Amino acid sequence: MLTILGAYSWINIRFLLEGAWVTILVSVLSIILSYIFGLILGVIRYVQIKYVSAIVGFLIDIIRNLPLILIIFFTYFGLPNIGFKPDPIWASVIAMAVFESAMVAEIVRAGINSIPVGQMEGARSTGMSYWQALRYIILPQAVKNMIPAIVSQFISLVKDTSLATIIVLPDLMNHAQIIYGQNTNYTIPMFLALAVMYFIVCYSLSLLSQYLEHRIGSSKKKGADEAEIVAQEAQR
Amino acid sequence: MISIFQNYGGALLYGLGQTLLCSIIALVFALIIGSGFAILEVVPNKFFRVIAKIYIEVFRNIPLLVITMFFYVVIPMYIVEISGFVSGTIGLILYSSAFIAETVRSGIQSVDPGQMEGARSTGLSFWQSMRYIVLPQAFRYVIPPLGNQFINLVKNSSVLAFVAGFDLMYQGNVIASDSLQSMSTYLCVGILYLILTLPLSYYMRYLEKKLA
Repeated sequence: MLTILGAYSWINIRFLLEGAWVTILVSVLSIILSYIFGLILGVIRYVQIKYVSAIVGFLIDIIRNLPLILIIFFTYFGLPNIGFKPDPIWASVIAMAVFESAMVAEIVRAGINSIPVGQMEGARSTGMSYWQALRYIILPQAVKNMIPAIVSQFISLVKDTSLATIIVLPDLMNHAQIIYGQNTNYTIPMFLALAVMYFIVCYSLSLLSQYLEHRIGSSKKKGADEAEIVAQEAQR
Repeated sequence: MISIFQNYGGALLYGLGQTLLCSIIALVFALIIGSGFAILEVVPNKFFRVIAKIYIEVFRNIPLLVITMFFYVVIPMYIVEISGFVSGTIGLILYSSAFIAETVRSGIQSVDPGQMEGARSTGLSFWQSMRYIVLPQAFRYVIPPLGNQFINLVKNSSVLAFVAGFDLMYQGNVIASDSLQSMSTYLCVGILYLILTLPLSYYMRYLEKKLA
């Protein structure tokens, strides 16, 4: 019993929190990057620019169907072969951003598709250009429908940062492994701490997503249905 | 890249087989467990609903790697010696079953409640109407999302690389460090993964369009 309590000594907790900080840093950086690039790629895929949209769509399909671990390995061990050598933090941020922006792009495309065609036609008939209509009429409504799906995508992003321990990213998972590697009595307490810490972060995010879904639902019942459809469509 | 396939083709194919084997085993068990918890989530009994909710939320919100490493590190230490492949598969089953449970639950709830009421009013018990009326209709709705879960499962099975499960990703790492051609090795591994996932993904998209 005493050894188990010893696992949660201040030094260990601080070491874990340092790891948690790296996890949060990598997650936030990749969330920002993947949101920006996902939005751009999703719009490109939707607007049907000749050749470009088809190529972007195919690349998104390829990245979405690869395991994230493979992309992490490719970034960290593969890219140095062509002379680009990122450190573990940047390698994981790049890998996560590439993977997640493909995921977000798909959600964005589904979100834009969920807006009735009449909105675009109406906006165009008031004299707006195609891009103005997209920017001021379509996207604001689409983003509202996309929010729950995007938040749940970001939950899996936070969980997936743990995969980057394989390239020795000093994150939560890695620090827990170091601690129980030094003293095997600490194994169970460390896994408990890991589970609790990840659970708190991810579950509060999922409560946020449910709250947002509810907000959208209360303002407009149809909106909730559309958000549900977007979430389902984005899975494929 | 071609030289990688020539020199290490056998190892890559073995890895592909292990990945497929692990994914299929995990799919079968995750489907059984997931559907079980999905039904528990909609039964009238509140106690069962809470149990199912806890199970689903716990395994949805903990990273797959933590679950898998738990079975790889802790179980052999205290209970029974299991191989990396087995611990990885168990982790995958638990993790995917939570997602499958959510998918199946939304399928059950998308069936009109009138179906259940109608079935009950003809004298069927709750379980009978579930079994013969609601579930057959629910499963038609959930086939495309379940296919997507299977794609996720194949991708997630790469977590076996962490626990020496000899899957495709693990073989890829071994080959990369042996041949010193990381880039082309990972490209080959990527192509093999795409052979598994991409056709399935396009088929699910087609199926979804057809059912919609």
